Amino acid sequence: MSTGTQDKPRRSAGGWLLIAMPFLWLMVFFLAPFFMVFKISFSEVAVAIPPYLPTFDLSDGLAGIKDAFSTFSFDNYIWLTEDDLYWKSYLSSVKIAAVSTLITLLVGYPVAYGMARSPKAWRPTLLMLIILPFWTSFLIRVYAWIGILKNEGLLNQFLLWTGLIDQPLIILNTNLAVYIGIVYSYLPFLVLPLYASLEKLDISLLEAASDLGCPPWKAFWKITLPLSIPGVIAGSFLVFIPAVGEFVIPDLLGGSNTLMIGKTLWVEFFSNRDWPVSSAVAVILLMILVIPIVLFQNQQQKAAEKQA
Amino acid sequence: MAKKPIGPVRRAFSPWDDPAAKPFIEFRNVTKRFGDFTAVDNLSLKIYEREFFALLGGSGCGKTTMMRMLAGFETPTEGQILLDGQDLAGVPPYKRPTNMMFQSYALFPHMNVEANIAFGLKQDGMPKAQIAERVAEMLRLTKLVPFAKRKPHQLSGGQRQRVALARSLAKRPKVLLLDEPLGALDRKLREETQFELMTLQEELKMTFLIVTHDQEEAMTVADRIAVMDAGKIIQMAPPAEIYETPNSKFVADFIGDVNLIEAKVAEKSPQGTILQAASGEFCIDTIQETPAAVGDTVWYAMRPEKIRIAHGDTPEANAVNKVGAEVWDIAYLGDISIFHSRVGEKETLRATVANITRLVERPIAWDDKVVLSWERDAGVILTA
Repeated sequence: MSTGTQDKPRRSAGGWLLIAMPFLWLMVFFLAPFFMVFKISFSEVAVAIPPYLPTFDLSDGLAGIKDAFSTFSFDNYIWLTEDDLYWKSYLSSVKIAAVSTLITLLVGYPVAYGMARSPKAWRPTLLMLIILPFWTSFLIRVYAWIGILKNEGLLNQFLLWTGLIDQPLIILNTNLAVYIGIVYSYLPFLVLPLYASLEKLDISLLEAASDLGCPPWKAFWKITLPLSIPGVIAGSFLVFIPAVGEFVIPDLLGGSNTLMIGKTLWVEFFSNRDWPVSSAVAVILLMILVIPIVLFQNQQQKAAEKQA
Repeated sequence: MAKKPIGPVRRAFSPWDDPAAKPFIEFRNVTKRFGDFTAVDNLSLKIYEREFFALLGGSGCGKTTMMRMLAGFETPTEGQILLDGQDLAGVPPYKRPTNMMFQSYALFPHMNVEANIAFGLKQDGMPKAQIAERVAEMLRLTKLVPFAKRKPHQLSGGQRQRVALARSLAKRPKVLLLDEPLGALDRKLREETQFELMTLQEELKMTFLIVTHDQEEAMTVADRIAVMDAGKIIQMAPPAEIYETPNSKFVADFIGDVNLIEAKVAEKSPQGTILQAASGEFCIDTIQETPAAVGDTVWYAMRPEKIRIAHGDTPEANAVNKVGAEVWDIAYLGDISIFHSRVGEKETLRATVANITRLVERPIAWDDKVVLSWERDAGVILTA
């Protein structure tokens, strides 16, 4: 028998405060700014400060706000569909992010697996090494890749010295450099959740598989991989989501034909000073990321409920 | 109507007494060291086909290491392990004809009961129809049919234990290894399962090797028990022999309840040995001969149920071995009562009495003066 409602723990004021904190945080630092951007995306560009119209004029009271609402239009969103730059940027961003996520996964899985299987005494050190790059500025680390990847950079010098190539490879200012940059920068975000899920894996499951006639490489596919899927998904999201909107890496390492929405946004915002259009770009970017994730999580939850 | 047979009867079975019998599993001078720690120390052991063999000992005695070496998860530092005449050195676990039921059950959490049971069969490349048939059979055998589609986390402890058993039996291994299989079950379920294990072993005609720290469990299920301590086998014998004639203080104390009486050899003759208790309160007349010399210190191990307890005026007062005592404490366990009686200043002897009548008033109570008596063959003289 379930214990009725009267057994529900009563929360103290402190308890409620604790629960309210993350919500307040999200309200102030995510929801409020988002609504500002959302509002600006319905405005039109103007030579003014701020550079858009209408602005809410609270001196007119409610009527002023009503006035402002009446001038809102979907023009910016329509504009996004008319110029193929935008959808090409979105598509290219998603593609670059997806490919980078896949490469990060291929590089990160063995790293996380090796860490999880290493002697217990080594693990804190290995974790530290994964986190260590965060102690240096992200920007500086990306800059450093220019020194490595440029035509007379370290990589080309090394390859020329080994005799593998007889003229420098052109990597910098291509999409390849962007892939390298993203994989390098976001690797820890994939390794950490993956390591957490692999480390939890009970070794006796692998022993049981082996005992039942399953060689180690097959046990990896049948046991380890399926049980690490939650870590793979979490890690992939942590790479894919920021990579789609990435700006610094394509700007520093990519070339003029590297099309990413982050760069497009930057140009709209700072070069063209078109806040309304760049706001619309940002809103659509959010939709592109949020809608599939919500759908995916819903489906996951349904699958979990089906099992229970 | 003819009576239905209730199942195969456990018959007398003792291939270990037959010098011509070929051992099925053989450990030859096996040593296993982990760094400085010696888990198994130059140990030899023969287990016969269709035997139910128990490795019994406290934690860290090396019993689990023995099993893991047989399964292939550990490699012996020295020595040889043979199974059916084949040296197992270098054979990986997935190629050994043994299957193990893990202490933690180690069920695959992402597979349902059926898939767990079928896992080993699939590895062998068995045709699908045959796998389905075998899985259905195992589900019936372990009474898991209604739970076939459930995942491990949706099962109770007892059901999980059955899945683990079904999975390890599905491949019909030559040897089934059971690592503390019933440790997580409550007492009632454990006892039931012990008998089920025995029946299964009879039906499937397989060799079972069980590792346990529970002496009752070992005595219930096993044909033979090896009592282990610090990487060595202290005694290896059928349960009754282990219980009635332990070869050392360690075994006497580890298996069941025992009175260990320190004594000196007072007299030796072909009819037996007479001991003088170290407390000086009584003599023990035994039928046993001992290698110890007159005057040596030995121990007399006597099970509590071998001691009779009575008031001074009963016929038991005329027994060969007797001593006056005072009841110090009584533990009433329902089926039996345990009497702790003080003999003189230093010695306390325990006697158990089966409660064959429904006692409302006890005939023997606290502080009563009683006589403890026992036969000449009630215990064994131990020198170690």
